[in-house]
Amino acid sequence: MKYTFPLAAVIALVLIAWIGSQIPGMQYLFGVALPYLAMALFVGGFCYRVIQWAKSPVPFRIPTTCGQGYSLPWIKRDKLEAPNNTSEVVARMFLEIFLFRSLWRNTKSEALSGPKITYESSRWLWLFSIIFHYSFLIIVLRHMRMFLEPVPFLVSALEYGDGIMQIGAPVMYMTDAAIILGLLLLFGRRLVNRQVRYISLANDYFPLYLIFSIALTGILMRFFLRDGIDVVAIKTLAVGLVTFQPTISGDIGSIFYIHLFLVCCLLAYFPFSKLMHLGGVFLSPTRNMANNSRMRRHINPWNDPKIKPHSYAGYEDDFRADMIEQGIPVEKELPTKADD
Amino acid sequence: MAVVKVDTLSRSVAEGPSLMTGSIPRRDWQDMPVQFKPGNYAYPTKSEILAYLDSQPGISLPNARDWSPEDDDWKLPEDWKETIINGLAERLDKFRSLKIFMDCCVRCGACADKCHFFLGTGDPKNMPVMRAELLRSIYRQEFTLAGKLLGKMAGGRKMTTGVLKEWFMYAYQCTECRRCSVFCPYGIDTAEITMMLRELLHLVGCGINWAMEPVANSNRTGNHMGLTPQAYKGNVDFLCEDIEGLTGIKVNPTFNRKGAEVLFITPSADVFAEPGLFTCMGYLLLFEAIGLDYTWSTYASEGGNFGLFTSNEVMKKLNGKMYAEAKRLGVKWILGGECGHMWRVVHQYMDTMNGPADFLEVPKSPITGTVFDNAASTKMVHISEFTADLIKNNKIKFDKSRNAHVKATFHDSCNPARAMGLLDEPRYILDHVLDEWHEMPENTIREKTFCCGSGTALNTDEIMELRMRSGLPRANAVKHVFDKHAVNTLACVCAIDRATLTTLMDYWVPEVTVAGITELVGNALVVEGEKRQELDEGLRTLVF
Amino acid sequence: MYDSGKIIAGLIIFVLFVTFPIWYNHGDAGAVPKVELPKDTKECVLPADQMRAEHMQLLNVWRDEVLRTADRSFNVKIGDKKYQMSLMNTCMQCHTSKKKFCDQCHDYTSVSPYCWDCHLAPVE
Repeated sequence: MKYTFPLAAVIALVLIAWIGSQIPGMQYLFGVALPYLAMALFVGGFCYRVIQWAKSPVPFRIPTTCGQGYSLPWIKRDKLEAPNNTSEVVARMFLEIFLFRSLWRNTKSEALSGPKITYESSRWLWLFSIIFHYSFLIIVLRHMRMFLEPVPFLVSALEYGDGIMQIGAPVMYMTDAAIILGLLLLFGRRLVNRQVRYISLANDYFPLYLIFSIALTGILMRFFLRDGIDVVAIKTLAVGLVTFQPTISGDIGSIFYIHLFLVCCLLAYFPFSKLMHLGGVFLSPTRNMANNSRMRRHINPWNDPKIKPHSYAGYEDDFRADMIEQGIPVEKELPTKADD
Repeated sequence: MAVVKVDTLSRSVAEGPSLMTGSIPRRDWQDMPVQFKPGNYAYPTKSEILAYLDSQPGISLPNARDWSPEDDDWKLPEDWKETIINGLAERLDKFRSLKIFMDCCVRCGACADKCHFFLGTGDPKNMPVMRAELLRSIYRQEFTLAGKLLGKMAGGRKMTTGVLKEWFMYAYQCTECRRCSVFCPYGIDTAEITMMLRELLHLVGCGINWAMEPVANSNRTGNHMGLTPQAYKGNVDFLCEDIEGLTGIKVNPTFNRKGAEVLFITPSADVFAEPGLFTCMGYLLLFEAIGLDYTWSTYASEGGNFGLFTSNEVMKKLNGKMYAEAKRLGVKWILGGECGHMWRVVHQYMDTMNGPADFLEVPKSPITGTVFDNAASTKMVHISEFTADLIKNNKIKFDKSRNAHVKATFHDSCNPARAMGLLDEPRYILDHVLDEWHEMPENTIREKTFCCGSGTALNTDEIMELRMRSGLPRANAVKHVFDKHAVNTLACVCAIDRATLTTLMDYWVPEVTVAGITELVGNALVVEGEKRQELDEGLRTLVF
Repeated sequence: MYDSGKIIAGLIIFVLFVTFPIWYNHGDAGAVPKVELPKDTKECVLPADQMRAEHMQLLNVWRDEVLRTADRSFNVKIGDKKYQMSLMNTCMQCHTSKKKFCDQCHDYTSVSPYCWDCHLAPVE
């Protein structure tokens, strides 16, 4: 169920776009209306979610320290893993966000007879994630050639570099192969790693299927189903969209509409799913705070001043006689008529 | 309750059918209800204790009653479901961490085999991600658009008594050690999840006695052990007599003395039972050797804070005594003893909850003149920081040969390691007081250290098998250095460790004993005017 | 603590980043490329829409064929006519200007075919 339902959903989306885009007049829906709607949902939804997060305070300073903290001056501290100020936090966050530093630490444990529990370094997840995320990023940036006129040098350079192997025509992009590989590896890992298999939900498979379909339709459109793929018409539409004067010139092949529709689905789905880890990773209090809570007071806006400790006076009232007997100093002496 | 034999448990861990050993349960986790039976749960809070706590100003711990997790009917209040959902809504508004951690998990599984409870039990719901999913499924159902629309298909789940029972089971099979958070690519910290689960459970009167009785004790007597002032002072006085017998040094500690420079606060376990008592003797001897102007307090006689394992309100209430007492006595700053979770509270929460400590001064060692600017605001210094500074400035003399009987390894406590970054100070001290000590394997120390398995008020006897399982990763690493280097002492800077690791070692590696760092300091310390006998076992030597 | 300043700044950067094409083009869609068609020929080797979508694949096949077989005869039969597999001798005979024909669309869509790594582009 958790494997098949999301798959069926993605297939249904493909069919909707395939059939829908062939109905005369519907090109405007799939090519113009839905992209605008999806983008609005993506940007609006993303901001909404982040603002919703931001509305809750961070009441306590709770960084996870993964190295020696700031202490005596002669003790070598780990500036990246136990940052003490903002610039060190920025460095830690940079490594976390761009190099997936925490995944680099990953280990795999086994319980052997003895018992002997072993921990070996395991960087597969790190590798798969890096492959997937970076190829996705480059692909998104590459697509800017469709939206920007004139095409800036950086985008052309990126595109040229991605196709530098000069395989076939149009040239094959390395990232196309890499994202498919990355997705297959991540998907395979979900099935093969028994722990991950058990925890995975339909919401974990759906984005995998969806992004895989997007990559696949993109590849099919570029290399195999070129019928009706007029890049100039597509770019005219794309530039038209971002300049708010969209025009659909000529017949564009269905595969393009399927590809575009799936991207719209991803954009619309993004803010309401686990994909929001893109925004969340910046806001994780265990990573984005400095470990300086004993140096600088952190303020909790809902700190309740009414919560007071059981008072010393109350304590002494409970134990005064014994305290005096033990020679422990007291604030109030016993009443003259001591009670036995 | 008889504890399962070592070899039976060993086989069960390595060969028993579990997710750790390779079998995948046939049913989805949503369809596997929890079953309570003797030995797999800690006893619930006694009703009179909960009633007492609920009567205390500032905190609310309602629904005191007699109940058992084994019963079908937990005698929950009529509107329990509403209470839980409203409680969750309130906490989502109060803690950004909760919102982020609910929304961001991608179930990559990096945390799965990092949890000592999972490694020892192989129970899928002990994977940190799954522990969070127990709550996250309810969050999705009630608070997210996808969950409201798609329910189960979007990973949602209806709040039922079954779910609540599951929470009770697994919120008390987590020691809030934060090891998973080190490995999570988003830093998701299961400690935060567990804290929220426990707070929610307290709303409907479901807690464990081993947490709440110490909380009640601490509130009234000042310490978890419930030591009255005379018992507290009496115990310390006994230790002073022992010290005099062993070293010829007469120690005269003071209690509740106004005008002392430093207030010393340590977990009450250190004045209550072995082997913490030996660490306490170490403190007394060390302070005497350097002539520190300090006082103990019978009112703030607890460093630890089981409120951390209960709710943020209770934590604040209990912790408040430290500053209140420091202010009353007019000390300049506070020195804290060896304790794990105490230092999480002091380092990450105290100043925020009960500060600003503007009536104190920035801590300055009266012996070395060192200013502890890392504690400039909170004004509380860790004993290992203090001792390391003394050593660095040559203010204390050691004779390592007095520790000749000790071949140690060092256990980083979860909280000082992962919530404070206190890693090298104790190691520096060990280098100076011991001839020989060895690190455990690298994936089991420092920020990757394993919990003793019984933290967060789980060191209760009725769940002994569970404790021995969850402590196995730690014990296994000790076993490794025992086999390799014949290590005989497990040094640590935590009072809970001193109690729980002792039990753990007796079970898995009986040749190894547990000692606090300051005990080892006390062993090796050369004090002016001492008449020390030949002490084969340092401060533990029995002298008649 | 809320850190709202940092979060709002971050969100603004995010929004600017994802809407970059809007700011970059500032409402100007630019000119749609106009290719200069041959004046004296009305027919290409394939119908125009097919050529638009697939010319690169056709050229790629031609290139491979010629290099592997060294056969430069008029051996391609498309429709009724026979053509030589040759960029310079077939395509460029009608489409004489690289700048006014090839580059128009290629520049527009940022395509940089490597034909001209080996072939000499016509001097214009």
